[in-house]
Amino acid sequence: MLDIEIDGQALQVAEGSTIMEAAHQIGTYIPHFCYHKKLSIAANCRMCLVQVEKAPKPLPACATPVTNGMKVQTHSEQALTAQKGVMEFLLINHPLDCPICDQGGECQLQDISVGYGGGASRYQEEKRVVVNKNLGPLVATDMTRCIHCTRCVRFTQEIAGLMELGQAYRGEHAEIMSFVGQTVDSELSGNIIDLCPVGALTSKPFRFSARTWELARRKSVSPHDGLGANLIVQTKHDRVMRVLPLENEEINECWISDKDRYSYEALNSPERLTKPMLKHGGEWHEVDWQKALDYVAHAFRDIAKNHGAAALGALAAPQATLEELHLTQKLLRGLGSENIDCRLRQSDFSDDGKRAGAPWLGMKIAELNQLDRVLVIGSFLRKDHPLITQRLRQAAKRGCQVSLVHSADDNPLLNVFAKSIVAPAQLPQFLAQVVKAAAEQKGAAAGLDAGIAALSVTPDAQRIAASLVSGANTAVFLGNFAQQHAQAATLHALAQQLASITGAKFGYLGEAANSVGAYIAKAVPAAGGLNAAQMIATPLKGYLVLQAEAELDCANPQQALAALKQAATVVVLSPFKLAGALDYADVLLPVAPFSETSGSFINTEGRVQSFNGVVKPLGDTRPAWKVLRVLGNLLGLAGFEQNSSEEVRDEALGGKPQFVGEKLDNRVNGVAPKLTPAIFAMTTIQRIADVPIHFADALVRRAPSLRQSKDAAKPAARMNAAMLAKFGLAAGDQARIRQGTGEALLTTQLDAGLPDGCVRVAAAHPLTATLGAMSGEITVERA
Amino acid sequence: MALISAINPLLTAGWQTGGHEWRMEKDAGWRLKDYEARGGYKALRKIINDKLTQDDVIGEVKKSALRGRGGAGFPTGLKWGFMPKAAPVKYIVCNTDEGEPGTFKDRDLLRYDPHSVIEGMIIAGYAVGAALGYNYIHGEIYEIYQRFEEALDEARAAGYLGGNILGSGFNFDLFAHQGWGAYICGEESALLESIEGKKGQPRFKPPFPANVGLYGKPTTINNTESFAAIPFIFNIGGENYLNLGKPNNGGTKLYSVSGHVNRPGNYEVPMGTPFATLLEMAGGMRGGRKLKAVIPGGSSAPVLPAEIMMDCTMDYDSLAKAGSMLGSGAVIVMDETVCMVKALERLSYFYFEESCGQCTPCREGTGWLYRIVHRIEHGQGRADDLELLNSLTENIMGRTICALGDAAALPVRSFTKHFKSEFEYHIEHKKCLVPPDVQYEGSKIYVRPSAC
Repeated sequence: MLDIEIDGQALQVAEGSTIMEAAHQIGTYIPHFCYHKKLSIAANCRMCLVQVEKAPKPLPACATPVTNGMKVQTHSEQALTAQKGVMEFLLINHPLDCPICDQGGECQLQDISVGYGGGASRYQEEKRVVVNKNLGPLVATDMTRCIHCTRCVRFTQEIAGLMELGQAYRGEHAEIMSFVGQTVDSELSGNIIDLCPVGALTSKPFRFSARTWELARRKSVSPHDGLGANLIVQTKHDRVMRVLPLENEEINECWISDKDRYSYEALNSPERLTKPMLKHGGEWHEVDWQKALDYVAHAFRDIAKNHGAAALGALAAPQATLEELHLTQKLLRGLGSENIDCRLRQSDFSDDGKRAGAPWLGMKIAELNQLDRVLVIGSFLRKDHPLITQRLRQAAKRGCQVSLVHSADDNPLLNVFAKSIVAPAQLPQFLAQVVKAAAEQKGAAAGLDAGIAALSVTPDAQRIAASLVSGANTAVFLGNFAQQHAQAATLHALAQQLASITGAKFGYLGEAANSVGAYIAKAVPAAGGLNAAQMIATPLKGYLVLQAEAELDCANPQQALAALKQAATVVVLSPFKLAGALDYADVLLPVAPFSETSGSFINTEGRVQSFNGVVKPLGDTRPAWKVLRVLGNLLGLAGFEQNSSEEVRDEALGGKPQFVGEKLDNRVNGVAPKLTPAIFAMTTIQRIADVPIHFADALVRRAPSLRQSKDAAKPAARMNAAMLAKFGLAAGDQARIRQGTGEALLTTQLDAGLPDGCVRVAAAHPLTATLGAMSGEITVERA
Repeated sequence: MALISAINPLLTAGWQTGGHEWRMEKDAGWRLKDYEARGGYKALRKIINDKLTQDDVIGEVKKSALRGRGGAGFPTGLKWGFMPKAAPVKYIVCNTDEGEPGTFKDRDLLRYDPHSVIEGMIIAGYAVGAALGYNYIHGEIYEIYQRFEEALDEARAAGYLGGNILGSGFNFDLFAHQGWGAYICGEESALLESIEGKKGQPRFKPPFPANVGLYGKPTTINNTESFAAIPFIFNIGGENYLNLGKPNNGGTKLYSVSGHVNRPGNYEVPMGTPFATLLEMAGGMRGGRKLKAVIPGGSSAPVLPAEIMMDCTMDYDSLAKAGSMLGSGAVIVMDETVCMVKALERLSYFYFEESCGQCTPCREGTGWLYRIVHRIEHGQGRADDLELLNSLTENIMGRTICALGDAAALPVRSFTKHFKSEFEYHIEHKKCLVPPDVQYEGSKIYVRPSAC
């Protein structure tokens, strides 16, 4: 520790701290623009110049390391003169038209100029004008306002992993711009808006729609990926106007993904369902709640009476709240049915009944930064987990060796130590090789199964194993692709074995906002119940669909659609008038999205995060937990007396825990890995399906700005050059993809990183919803 | 001073005599065989044969009191001593991004004597334990870059570069890197950025290149002329080198004399030579006109009026005492036909154009300075403009990452200080104190008698 003095106040600071950090420690404010605690030091704005004893000139607080005995004056005459001088320079070319700037009222330059700016300008020459840039559908530019702090440049390079912005030209002609003709396409791009200290970068969908002081700020939690990013939802007149990150160092730090930031647009979508609807004689009618719920209660009761309760099933989205899931499973179980599931995209359920607890990350999210060896199995990292990937990126920069085993070679924009891209059917084989190599390196090969022991180990597997074995703080993660894999149980067993051999932590990168909550709420079938796949493979008479869009959210949309179409009664609870549901459903109940209901999500680290509704429900929309609670009453079921969502939550959790730690356990017992001999004799073509980031759930699919982003491009039939040649196709040709009973017409695209024998066709998109399972055989032919 | 007649001039020994024309026509003497014939690579051989330690080599350079010839005048030996001994990867970088207006000495060094620089760099590599060097040559002298590449090939073929140099077990290789003409890339850390393939922008210091330099590794970066002086220091001995000049201002120095003299060109004289002597060597004032002002150290050095300049000797300390600096040794001589406002306008435009745009005071301030001076020159000056200029330069100087801000401010301050009346005349009368036809007579360019 070093002893220093700031403005006469003595304090102790850690060695290597800067004056800025020391000042923060005692709450002394030093004006700054380019400095940001999460970004590298640029020291270019010069706003934070302070006086340091014995230094001949003022020094930048952000970049000057403290030394023992240093005496700093942040408001001395020398410091103030320097700061005011810089302020004057910053303002000479900045438009002084705050009233027409979208940043007005939340602008650092505006705020600091109040304290350090002059009343009148000495600059009487012409001001600089800079042509605006097109950075894509999400970020608007007013480049004349730019003060060249380069926070956005450093963000894209350091946090998002790809330098999509840069400063071109010199001196006064310097301009921030993207690479010639390109837009900023990072899944984290919206954060540059928050970082921009002036109105140069603003939100395209939001700009000029409201003033910051007109907006109410409400806390909320992201309803999308498993991270559970903390949000500030800003509202005006009961309408969500925009979403910003709420800083939480343990979860999302100060970032959110574009999906979290812009999905709010769907909340105001014309597709919103605002009144309960019933289908009569093929015609849809708007009805009141009483009638709709009576209808549902009667229908379910009839089915239970005539066909047995086991003919009823519930398919719930893992983005539904804990409370909704709890009441849904209670309703089904109250009726006597064990058929409830949230794991809609999962296809291998052989682990069920053998799990020691709910699958989770296996550690705290913040602990990701401390890892020194990581293996991620089957994950489209950036698009599935934008901010977890960001943490791994920072870890890799620090020296953590991140290895990947996957079936697609998407660039995670982090320093990858080793990777192996193999066909989906080869994944278990390859992982088993890593297990064998690790066991041998650890001298524990004696305990291996004969099937694993007999494998020959490739150098790639050897290298990954060596990396894991050499680590002190190691983790093995299963990504969404591994969880949705046709042999997910085998992958799990192998990963679990690998983790135990190498002493690694073992976890799931949780797919959705409430993937953990679904287990905790018991919204998964117990013994005797049907899982999500079975419920659509062996059609039932009645379905309750909660917050899901079955034809896009299920692993096998073809089967899901067929099952729902043949059912006698399908009740859909959704905020949206879903196009598919209009066809197969009998009742549509308008339930609140996350912004209009209170509820809780349990994120991938097992943290319970409750939130309140931020605006009134739209039209006749009601929170789903209330709908389910009344439905329980109408069905005469016991235990539906809760008067608040908190009561429901406490009932589901058996208390008010902040973490559900004791219920979390990734171990699966008694599942032997099935190492079927490699089935790909290249006679069949395997499908590799990703879930595009901006199509992952019903909400994000309906956000217009996100749909214009590069990540929302139409799915293509992607394959490597050999596969294109095999089918006689060139990139850009139309191909007919057949799977099961359906087909899709897709444009072909070269994706050199894909393994042989595979074609990548995205799921969760209307274009491919005619196809079958996410993993499976497909045929390709020229259209 | 006994040595001087025997050895002088040191650096320019191979350049022949007979003036610039001769060199252009019979450009010879730069090849390895010629350099060796002049005693080239003897210093390196001696160091290797005598098995001098790294400390011995650095000690000898320290003894010579050689100060960086790029402009800042930092003692070279001291700089070499900053290199961490234990670091496994280190670099030597030569700064031939000679962008300072008025300076053209490094260009001629590489043109007429590239091997002296190569030998100097090898010795530097030996002294600090670096195995790799780069010479960053600015973009405007492409043919010299090509010549340097040829010289490198010669040195490699002769075993002076590469693995196990002269059987010593010491490995050193050297590459040329061509810049593209940005003035800011002459700033050492911007130069390192540029070699790394990034935009040339100075880095914040500390850390200094000796700790975190090229590709994040310890790096010694010196000016071309500094490296070229190294072999001679070892040939004649550090102390003898020092004695050629003045205490704390060792050796000889190349001066690029330009402007209104009869024979502009590079002149090598011992440190401490009176300016009058240098002016005489350059043939005296063109047309016999009266000396008005001199910028003694490249365009960023403060200008000095004739009466002060004629009393100065050409060395670091004397010029610092007079309120200017030796800088890179670019002596810009101006006679009485020069309009000082016009001259400052051109200088200010240069810094306005060459600011990298990183730091606020320099990015915004250089343009502001230029616009005010431009306004004064064009008859639109205001009464408080000089005060404004002064206040702006105060807000720029010492407030930026690198010295470009100071470089832009110093000419403004010195011009308005020493030639204040001329600026005031401009503002008040909306025209030049020096009549346009006189200006035209002196320069024949830029100024049309009708305009100004």
